[in-house]
Amino acid sequence: MTVLTTQDLVIDIPGRADGRPLSLRVAPGQRWGVLGPNGVGKTTLLHTLAGLRAPRAGRVLLDDTPLETLKRKRVAQRLALVFQDRQDGFPATVLETALIGRHPFLAPWHREGAEDLLLAREALAALAVDHLADRLVTTLSGGERQRVAIATALAQTPSVWLADEPTNHLDLHHQVTVMKLLRERAGRGAAVVMGLHDLNLAARWCDHLLLLYPDGQHCFGPAEAMLEPTALARLYGQPLTMARVGGAPVFVPADPAPGASDDRP
Amino acid sequence: MPGVSRRPLALALLALAGALAVALSLAVGSVPIRGAELWAVLTGGGDPLHRELLLSLRLPRALAAFATGGLLGLAGALMQVLLRNPLADPYVLGLSGGAAVGALGAMLLGGAAVWVPGAAFVGALLSTVLVFGLAQGVGGWTPTRLLLTGVVVAAGWGAVVTFLLTLSPAERLPGMLYWLMGDLSYARSPWPAWLLLVPAALLVLPLGRGLNVLARGPLQAASLGVAVRPLEITVYVLASALTAMAVSTAGSVGFVGLVVPHMLRLALGNDQRLILPASVLAGGALLTLADTLARTLLAPQQLPVGVITALLGVPTFLLLLYRSR
Repeated sequence: MTVLTTQDLVIDIPGRADGRPLSLRVAPGQRWGVLGPNGVGKTTLLHTLAGLRAPRAGRVLLDDTPLETLKRKRVAQRLALVFQDRQDGFPATVLETALIGRHPFLAPWHREGAEDLLLAREALAALAVDHLADRLVTTLSGGERQRVAIATALAQTPSVWLADEPTNHLDLHHQVTVMKLLRERAGRGAAVVMGLHDLNLAARWCDHLLLLYPDGQHCFGPAEAMLEPTALARLYGQPLTMARVGGAPVFVPADPAPGASDDRP
Repeated sequence: MPGVSRRPLALALLALAGALAVALSLAVGSVPIRGAELWAVLTGGGDPLHRELLLSLRLPRALAAFATGGLLGLAGALMQVLLRNPLADPYVLGLSGGAAVGALGAMLLGGAAVWVPGAAFVGALLSTVLVFGLAQGVGGWTPTRLLLTGVVVAAGWGAVVTFLLTLSPAERLPGMLYWLMGDLSYARSPWPAWLLLVPAALLVLPLGRGLNVLARGPLQAASLGVAVRPLEITVYVLASALTAMAVSTAGSVGFVGLVVPHMLRLALGNDQRLILPASVLAGGALLTLADTLARTLLAPQQLPVGVITALLGVPTFLLLLYRSR
């Protein structure tokens, strides 16, 4: 159980004004969605929360300890980040990839033990990629690689999940699998923060939302309070229409009425 | 996991190959020495002529060849992980160029042969510092910037080497060219190389898993708890020192550092905990074998060992590459 807190945090995006400092508290069991238009700094925020980028001002705390005073290994034992993109300098197998999630728990001279292997295999099974265990990750499809990346984070058994577009490349079925997994993790006490570009995924699967505006402003709160069509329209600079499907809100871009002013000449 | 069960077997086979290569290089030469005689000398007896031949000529040279090959294999494997580029080799950062300028400079100035390894070592370290310093741009060095800086500095050293060769009197040229190709007849004592190789090989063993994670990129590695900058700097300094020692022992022997880690990866996968020690053993075995060929193929004429490593390495490498997925 870990609380992730930011105190007057200003993320560092070169060439951009500071904006409003962010003071956020992500408690165990919460599922936060970070929403905002392209380039607003969702990824930079997640990297800053993980301690991979220094903030311009303010700080990030894991429980009550400032992130920068913790060793990377200690951070990695509690916090995992699923990256939006990944590089493979030297191709490894799917199982080897899931096993690197155990790295923070092993001393340099230790090899992965039976328990680590079990955790890695279970993680692969949870993402339905266990049948690919011996394949090289470079031979997989984009969606399969995304699931392997999430399995790696799962094998890391974090109490704070940071996931940057966790549904990237995934078909609808696997989007649901991944979101259910994150909900289940939160149900067991993990704090989850995900950067999302899909408003409807956020509306369905997150209980808290943080909206990042291009001018450096932000607002956050419980999801139902934030899912306000006019506020979201301002966020994306795109008129939206809300419908309810089975009680849940669904947003679609509003089709401008003929003759209404829009981008077309 | 794959690699775990193969690991001790692969290392044992490579160690055996290394021992056989050393034994072969002791037995073969202008005076062939058969197995029983070899054993007699190694256990403290035997013919005095054989004793002299083995203990003061062939054994030091075989040990120097093995250590140099081990240094180059390990340095190549480390450089490839550090730069996350399978085309990197120990010389990619301009090290051999700096060493060559040092060595040729010492030869040109008529320094005694004793000074050549020292001058090469200093030249290699100078080049390392130069490349590392120049690669510090805005926001510090990155593998790509380090690689490009190294390539450009190496080109600069190449020009200086050519310049030194044109200045040199004709009678010194063969020695210089042999040095540039890599030649173990310069190896005076194998011990400095071994004194560096053994602790370095032991030191990299616990770094292996961290390097596996680093191969996934610095951000991923940092998020998995790797202290990326300290690890990269350790690897850089270590690989540079290994290469400098190899170059000052035997000149710039090519191909070992590029081809050996590559062949091992194609055969054994990408687990650095296996690849790093295997590179030491395979590099050592390959260079020992190549040196034996270099001094026996056209005996009494000796070939630069770099010619042999290239002639052996190129087709083997191409074959493996062709057969890989």
